[in-house]
Amino acid sequence: MAGTATQPAGTTEPTRRDFIVVAAGAFAAVGAAAAVWPFIHQMNPSADVLALSSTEVDLSQIAAGQSITILWRGKPVFVRHRTEAEIAQAQKDDTAALPDPAKDADRVKKPEWLVMMGVCTHLGCVPLGQQGDFGGWFCPCHGSHYDTSGRIRKGPAPANLPIPQYAFLTDTRIRIG
Amino acid sequence: MADNNSGFFANPVVKWIEYRLPVFSTLDHMVGTQYPTPKNLNYWWNFGSLAGLCLVIQIVTGIVLVMHYTPHTLMAFDSVEHIMRDVNYGWLLRYMHANGASMFFIVVYIHIFRGLYFGSYKAPREILWFLGLIIFLLMMATAFMGYVLPWGQMSFWGATVITNLFSAIPVVGEPIVTWLWGGFAVDNPTLNRFFSLHYLLPFVIVGVVLLHILALHQHGSNNPLGIDTKGPQDRIPFHPYYTIKDAVGVGAFLIFFCFFLFYAPNFLGHPDNYIPANPLVTPAHIVPEWYFLPFYAILRSVPDKLGGVLLMFGAILILFLLPWLDTSKVRSAKFRPIYKQLFWVFLIACVGLTYAGGLPPEGLALVIGRVCTVYYFAHFLILMPLVGWFEKPLKLPASISEAVLKTEPGAAGSKA
Repeated sequence: MAGTATQPAGTTEPTRRDFIVVAAGAFAAVGAAAAVWPFIHQMNPSADVLALSSTEVDLSQIAAGQSITILWRGKPVFVRHRTEAEIAQAQKDDTAALPDPAKDADRVKKPEWLVMMGVCTHLGCVPLGQQGDFGGWFCPCHGSHYDTSGRIRKGPAPANLPIPQYAFLTDTRIRIG
Repeated sequence: MADNNSGFFANPVVKWIEYRLPVFSTLDHMVGTQYPTPKNLNYWWNFGSLAGLCLVIQIVTGIVLVMHYTPHTLMAFDSVEHIMRDVNYGWLLRYMHANGASMFFIVVYIHIFRGLYFGSYKAPREILWFLGLIIFLLMMATAFMGYVLPWGQMSFWGATVITNLFSAIPVVGEPIVTWLWGGFAVDNPTLNRFFSLHYLLPFVIVGVVLLHILALHQHGSNNPLGIDTKGPQDRIPFHPYYTIKDAVGVGAFLIFFCFFLFYAPNFLGHPDNYIPANPLVTPAHIVPEWYFLPFYAILRSVPDKLGGVLLMFGAILILFLLPWLDTSKVRSAKFRPIYKQLFWVFLIACVGLTYAGGLPPEGLALVIGRVCTVYYFAHFLILMPLVGWFEKPLKLPASISEAVLKTEPGAAGSKA
């Protein structure tokens, strides 16, 4: 505050030196924040993890009433060949009281094939198939019940089992991712 | 001061060093003859130094385990089995480390409940209490990440469930979880960073412990009567009186520790963690280590994801407010007839939460968990403030000396 010595007593006019102090301080703060970013960002997924792998699945061997589980991006994906009864139940429940409302038709590309992430939306466990109060999936960790369309019906999970991006290459072959 | 202290020690080598670097006098002030301590401390005051011993055991065993462990998803499980079967005394070192973690939590929980009973968190020791809670939080983070390292089924699914807690945060939850994982699921990047932090955090704990001791020495130890020391007649030096008393406690503690170590080394663990991690199959019933069960029970008592997570973290954070939630000026429960009983009810609620946390969340276990969760929070938010207002405390003794001598008529007579 050497500059204040030249000012008349009582004035609070900022001096040239005050400006330099504030500007230098602000510059140092921004620089420090920028230097911190690489140390934070290094923890985000690396380039090889981000390089999206896609998986192709052959459906011809899965009979009605059977499911397979495949690993995609480190997480399980359920592919279920639904029975007529399950499809009917899922469509009937479109009008039931759903915590996360979704129509069964919007969750499948073909009604007999249900493709969804096998990761409970509560805390990430893998639900068990064809169990629970709604004949769909049941998560053993904290008791969430999903129906035959993978929609949350009961328990602490807040959302339906998510549907990954996938496409039918042929009638019996899909690509996930 | 350096001059005085270098003259205080007889050994010429010690004297020479002390004159240049005052380590001996510093130690003497920390845990030696120069630390005046209330003369009425009971055995519940052993658990602070026991916790320090546990930290040393964990660091020493941990450092040597790392000489044989490999932090990679493909090799971690096998390297732990290699430690158990091939490394000389590897089984002993690993069981010391795994059971040592449980012992550390037993000791620290007793240390915390001692503070709750005798009002050690009250003015002017609030910051001392905060530092203790920070150590407790760091311990939980360290223990959690350490449990992930063997890469068994409980490691993997414990890591998945606990990191997913952060996904309950609105908007930024998912990016935070991805950031914690370094991918789209718990995988090798997660294991590597947990290993790095598991090695780091114990040394951070050492730093906070030093601050904890610094804060302790500012106003000295609390004591079973909860009244301040009034003069030299109320105090004795830490060394040799409490070093020897602590040594007795160390002996008892090591017997307890060795019982688990040699006769039931897997009693406190979970058999599923001897199955290698499998990202496609969740164990039928996943539970955390026993020392997290009360908080796990609170998480599961709430049928809402965000609500459960908030309440679970709130259960620990509420302890930071305790110095102000407790409105009573009297520290020790000895002189608080109502709080004394509530303390035991609170302890039972905590045991109930531990019990409920270990069972599947249905039926009676869910009911017990919910009742105890409600009591846990009511104890701090409703009962503590009200009891402080309405309770009539018993008459406090004038000094520690007076109270101590009153119980020994012979001694009192000879003084009089």
